[in-house]
Formats: sequence, C-alpha cells, structure tokens
Amino acid sequence: MRPWVGIGLVLIVMILASLAVGAASISDGDGGWLIWVSRFPRTAAALLAGAGLALAGVVIQNVVQNRLVEPTLTGTPEAAMLGLLGVTLIAPGLAVAGKMLIAAGCALLGMVGFLALARRISPRDPMLLPIVGLIYGGILGAIATYVAWQTDLMQFLGIWQLGEFSAVMQGRYEWLWAVAALAFGLYLIADRITILGLGETQARSLGLGYEQTRAIGLVIVSVLTAIVLVTVGAFPFVGLVAPNLASRWQGDNLRANLPIIALGGAMLVLGADIIGRLIVYPYEIPAATLVAILGAGVFLWLLHAAPRRA
Amino acid sequence: MIETSHLSFTIGDSQILRDVSLSILPGVVTGLIGPNGAGKSTLLHCLAGLTEPSSGHVRIDGQDPFTARDDDRARMVAFLQQSPTTVSRLRVEELVAFGRWPHHRGRPGPEDAEQVAKALDAFDLEELAGRPIETLSGGQKQRAFVAMTYAQDTPWILLDEPLNALDPRHARNLMARLATLANEEGRSIAVVLHDINAAARWADQIVAMKDGQVLAHGASRDVLTSDTLYACFDTPFDTVPHAGRKLVVAT
Repeated sequence: MRPWVGIGLVLIVMILASLAVGAASISDGDGGWLIWVSRFPRTAAALLAGAGLALAGVVIQNVVQNRLVEPTLTGTPEAAMLGLLGVTLIAPGLAVAGKMLIAAGCALLGMVGFLALARRISPRDPMLLPIVGLIYGGILGAIATYVAWQTDLMQFLGIWQLGEFSAVMQGRYEWLWAVAALAFGLYLIADRITILGLGETQARSLGLGYEQTRAIGLVIVSVLTAIVLVTVGAFPFVGLVAPNLASRWQGDNLRANLPIIALGGAMLVLGADIIGRLIVYPYEIPAATLVAILGAGVFLWLLHAAPRRA
Repeated sequence: MIETSHLSFTIGDSQILRDVSLSILPGVVTGLIGPNGAGKSTLLHCLAGLTEPSSGHVRIDGQDPFTARDDDRARMVAFLQQSPTTVSRLRVEELVAFGRWPHHRGRPGPEDAEQVAKALDAFDLEELAGRPIETLSGGQKQRAFVAMTYAQDTPWILLDEPLNALDPRHARNLMARLATLANEEGRSIAVVLHDINAAARWADQIVAMKDGQVLAHGASRDVLTSDTLYACFDTPFDTVPHAGRKLVVAT
C-alpha cells in the first residue's frame, strides 16, 4: 500500500505546482479566475493526454507482441495528421468532433498499414519492428510535410507535431475527458488485451475472439491518439516509457496494471509541462520536447536492459 | 474421439496436408512423428480447430470446432503452440490462471482458483508461482505454459513440440506427467514429437506422417518398425525391445 501513498503525494504536489506555476501570478486579484480558466484546464489536459498516450502504447504493444513500439513508432499520429491536413484543405469549417473522427479514422488506416508491414517481419528480433515503424512513420510524415508545404499549412503541421499546453484553456480541451471514458472501457477488457499479448494462436486457443478484440484495441488506440493530437498535439515515447516502467515495477497483469500505466503517463507529461514552464521562465519549452528528451533516454536504457525477446 | 475426413490444406502452390482421414483415440497419449515439413504441426492446428482446412472436416467428440463458439471450443480442446511467448511480464500463477479464461470469461470463482492451484501442483510450479515468466529457464517456462493448458481443464490437450528446449530430465518428467493425465484423469493427449524415442516410450498411439499424408497410424509397437520408420524418415533405424516397449536406434 505504501507506494500508492507516495505516488499519491507526488501527484498532489505536481498538481499544486502546475496550478501555481506560470508567467502570471495567481496571488494577483484574479488568481481564482486564472486557475479556473487556464491553469486547471492545462493541468487536467496534461494528465489526460499523458494517460491516454500511455494506454494507447500498452494496447498496441500487446496487439503486435512487441514491447518496444508505441503509437509514434507505428506511424499512427502521422497518419492522423494526414487526415487532419485533408480536412483542413477540403472542409476547414468542420466541427472539432468531425476533425477528430477523421483523424481517428486515418490513424486506424495508418495502423492497419503498419500491421500489414509487421506481419512480414520476423518476431525473432524485437528491435526490427520499431525501426520499421519509425521508417513507416517517417514516410507518412514526409508526405504530410510535402502536402503542408505545397498548401501553405506548415504552421498547422508544426502545432500538431510538437505537443504543448500553453494554448489550453477552458472550452478548448474538454474532448480530452473522453480519454477517461476510454480508459474505463479499456479496464473492462484488460484481460482480453493481456491475452492478445500471448499471440494469435494461444489467444484463440483460450477462446478469445482474436480478430474482434484486436479490432477493438486498434480503434481505442486510434481514438486516443487522435483526441490527444487534435487537442494538444503529438508526444513521442509516452506510450513506450510508461508501460515499460510500470511493468518493470509491477509486472504486467493489465487488470492490476492499467491504473499504474495511466498514472505513469499522466505524471510524465505533467512533469514535463511544469519543467517546461520553469526553465526559461517566463517563456516556455513545449512539453513534447522535454518528453522526447526524457523518453529517448529511457528508450535507450530499455534497449540496453531489455532481454532480447522483448 | 477426434476424427478428420479427407482433410487437405494448401497455401499457395504447396499442399501441406493431403487427404488426411484419421481418428485420434480418447484417453491415451498419441504421438505425431515425421520429418520436418511433414505437416504434423498444421495437422495439430486443424485438430484443435485453430486452422481451418482447405477441404475436409474435423469433428471433436462429434462437434465441428470451426462452427462451435470460441469459448465452447476452448472448453473442449486446449492447444499449446511451439515455443510459446508472451509480451507481458506475467507471473507464473497469472499465466496459469489465464488457462481458466474460457470458463470464467473474466470473473474467476473459487473453482478457478482451485484448478490453478492444482495445475501449479501438477507441474511442480508452486515455488515458481510468483516469478515473472521471463526470468525462468526454457524448461521452467515450458512447464508454466503446459500448466496453463492443463488448467484449461479440457478433455483434449494438444501440444506442438513441447519438448523443445527441455533437457532429458525435464523432457522425461513432462512426458511422464502427460501419461499420468491420460491414465489417471482420462485426458486425451496428442503431441507432436521430434524425439522418436520419447514417442516410443510414452505414446500409446503413433501417427507417422510424411509429405502431408499419414503414412502409418496405430499402436506404438505396430507403427514403430524399421520399415515404417525408414519409409517415414528416409534413414535407417533398428528397433530394440526395451522394458516392454521399443527403443529406436538410428543406424
């Protein structure tokens, strides 16, 4: 029980810090209003985005049976960005919900493409899959950049590519609460996702509807990725770092572990956002940049420490 | 009884199974032997209802596994693939507990806990119960997966080369345990074996396969003859009587 108390305390301190830290002081007359309109939404957005990305990571890892992948290593956000570019070009006036739906649909297509590639790759070398995913994402990203360049939309692309929270305000982040609903749904099928991780043959032998479960998992990953991308932008490595650290600590029975994974992702992104607000105060460094630096470090450590069969 | 009639399986141009009709007897250990690429593993997948044949059909105790509901099938037959892996860092007892999934679908009861304890005991895993599987040796890991299959508590247990990665002692213990399950619990076990002597020592029935066809099928002592083995493996063997069974020696 004790680690939970510790984690809870750290989380509370982080939330308080996030509410307090920023270019404007909360001790001014309008402090309450500032917290309500800006700081609380910003804090909630960071926590929800981090949790969503961490959960998306663990689901995709079980689907492809490889611990070293996560949405940004399967071309998922790049595919969603292509969809968003398309929407911006064809129907710029579309409501946010519509944009998210299109982004999620494209993210799903992107993942189906990745799975088609993954099927041809030997599972013997777990490193191969993330490398292929990186190249695949790179190609999709290059197409997005080309399209954006040709159509003068590079600014949009820049916003999506580098997730950060400075623009989060009341009324502009609420879609992220859907992450909480999806997390609950995921918790209900946690056993099934764990069984997916045993591989198709074994999962089917246990009577799991493999195709359906995998499809549900992929839809959840797509929607999580799209919601986070549309509201606050992309964050690399969260889906990799949080599940791997959680599993090193507590093993991997998802029914017990999903809350830890979600919390880990949430604290990682919130921590990065707080630090980003502090180091060049009163200016800001995007949270995604800090997450990327930290995440890349942990990724390298995992590569070094991982048993060959990931 | 598992029965197949005129089972064929084709991938592209290569025919993996050709017109296989056989009956696997209940309550005994059946060993599937044959050279690499003979179709043993594919046949086992078909028998388990996991790979649908291109033509022909399979009946497990009279039921078609390909039209049965997933969880009904999973309560009829448990299958363990060759060199199973998991991406999850599960503890041994958690892995074994997943064998109960077809029975409880996410809501384990006291009977499930009982079966898990029984499986841990049956495969000497009690001391390892709390260990993460990736920290186990190859043999221990294999035992944990077989225990999961056992905990599934099905009349049929099908195992694809379970002796891979096992040293002689663990291989012997595992086969002896399977024979006990057949003799004492009346479980029906079919197992793909590379080691002909493991088949000679522990299997009551043998299916010898070659080029996607069944070359010989029957009681071990009838199938394991120099002539049949030569025809099956294209290499000469002698058979020597040993402790009431046969010992096979490559010559």
